Amino acid sequence: MHAIRVRCRLFARYAEVTGEEVVEVEVPAPATVADAVAALRGRLAEGHRLPARPLVARNRAHALFTDPLADGDELALLPPLAGG
Amino acid sequence: MSVTHAVRGPLELEQLIARVSAPDRGATASFLGTVRAGPDDGPVIRIEYSAYEEMLDEEFGRITADAVARWPGVAITAQHRLGTVPLGEASIAIAVAAPHRAAALDACRFVIEEAKRRLPVWKREILADGSTAWRDNEGGRVPGRGPAPTGPST
Repeated sequence: MHAIRVRCRLFARYAEVTGEEVVEVEVPAPATVADAVAALRGRLAEGHRLPARPLVARNRAHALFTDPLADGDELALLPPLAGG
Repeated sequence: MSVTHAVRGPLELEQLIARVSAPDRGATASFLGTVRAGPDDGPVIRIEYSAYEEMLDEEFGRITADAVARWPGVAITAQHRLGTVPLGEASIAIAVAAPHRAAALDACRFVIEEAKRRLPVWKREILADGSTAWRDNEGGRVPGRGPAPTGPST
């Protein structure tokens, strides 16, 4: 069983509460967005401040928690949106 | 084609309108969203916008493609301002041109609604007492942790 490396990005309030903007996580394959979010929350000291099911984007497009991940994917945790 | 939709500095709606204007497009609709302080907002002195900029460009592109698919023949351009935006200045500008007014108006409304729903943009209020708060489009307001940054207000 190999591991999938995911580059996680945190923005705005999520970056503020965790003190991190980019975090690399590894999850066993096969993995979904949900697996990487759980790994990220567990890895960061302030990870519990992140919601268990935040809005997410995979490779710069909105994604679902059930979406599969591939090695090298970029996963972004998006705080509630405020554009416009 | 990669298009940069993020702008640091005042938005120029006239420039956007010029980009979509064409002799065969008889209707142009535009939208300008400006930073405001509501009656319950307290002493907000300015707003800071930040974004996942790579995705912002791609998502604007997807929104535009969705609009063109629904209203064939429309031409659309839009920009979102990032960084510090003083009250009363525009944070988003959209220009849509079409052969006829119904498509221009409908597509413009579509783009701003989808932009608010889909763009990875965040807004932090800076209050007069130096505190900060994160605002979102669902009415959420969460106090910020850090002090308000010092620096130019524009």
